[in-house]
Amino acid sequence: MSADPRLPAPRGPLSDAVIEALRSGVTVLPAVERADPYGEDLQLALYCLYELHYRGFAGVPDEREWDPAVLTIRAAMEHAFLDRLRADVEPGDDVTAELDALLVEPVEPAGLSQYLRTTGEPWHVREYVTHRSLYHLKEADPQAWVIPRLSGAVKAGLVTVEHDEYGAGDARRMHSELFAEMMRALDLDPAYGAHLDAAPAETLAEVNLMSYCGLHRGMRGALIGQFAAVELTSSPGSDRLVRAFRRLGLPDAAIAFYAEHVEADAVHEQVVRRNVIAPLLASEPHLAADVVFGIRAAEFLADRFADRVLARWTRGASSLRG
Amino acid sequence: MTPRPTRVTLTGDGPVLVAGPVEVELPDGTVVRSDRSVTALCVCRRSRNAPFCDTSHRRRVR
Repeated sequence: MSADPRLPAPRGPLSDAVIEALRSGVTVLPAVERADPYGEDLQLALYCLYELHYRGFAGVPDEREWDPAVLTIRAAMEHAFLDRLRADVEPGDDVTAELDALLVEPVEPAGLSQYLRTTGEPWHVREYVTHRSLYHLKEADPQAWVIPRLSGAVKAGLVTVEHDEYGAGDARRMHSELFAEMMRALDLDPAYGAHLDAAPAETLAEVNLMSYCGLHRGMRGALIGQFAAVELTSSPGSDRLVRAFRRLGLPDAAIAFYAEHVEADAVHEQVVRRNVIAPLLASEPHLAADVVFGIRAAEFLADRFADRVLARWTRGASSLRG
Repeated sequence: MTPRPTRVTLTGDGPVLVAGPVEVELPDGTVVRSDRSVTALCVCRRSRNAPFCDTSHRRRVR
């Protein structure tokens, strides 16, 4: 059994106050208004508070998860983050059109998987996997929180996908375990939380959106939209990554995770559309705008992440925090 | 009690979905197995992961 994750180094006054409050037991309420909602400081502080609901941190008592003072700070940061996302993401309520737009493949794909497929070097792959470890070492966990907020066919459909993510009863096939296996094959530390200090705000923001939507029942439509955006777009991107890894001669243990996602997410796409979104909108049609928001917010943050990484890589620089 | 029939879904624009773990016999006699609760079988013949779907049936846009 690995040790509990360590608290990260602060990145500004807000994360400093939050980390210090978790470490010392003192509860302070720093001002949130002046912090950049997408900035390093707020995203790290929010990420740390969400981690209390996942695996926690070494030296932080489990009870802090429900400390009202901690939850108050968290709520203020969530409002700042969501207000900014709502301002940046065009609203809409045509879920079918939104899904159709995700179900086409560009003749000339752009983005990180295409960069890795055509020009990526082993160090780019290792960086990409390091960023992705923040989510994939707890793959499917943020979405598991939505299960008790659903009922009937929607719940059954979502659990079908989650069951597959968790290895369908075989711990070795659990996607988070396949990811750890890939990290070992790439000589990266597969311990949960090991790369938090290296992960920039753009990486954390994608995971924070999932945690926010998973932890708030009122965001169940957005959570399902976010989940759909990932499941519908993952298969072609994973295929490009498999080809990148093969071109670079990486070992099979490194390739298994993305090879599994080519096949699994081709199934999940169908199940999410037919057995999750369709019955959700039949039973709760008022959630259509939330589903669209979840899709667009996820895509918006994914684009911000890709922009940051590509901007660094194209000038030969590391995309990680030094 | 009559066993419940296996549900096979023809998506029309994409793969054939088969419920439950399946063994697929290929034209050359080899058998591949899928342990998923739902398996997506390629029928457009474009999959690079045949007999399973890899979403290659998707419409391509410029």
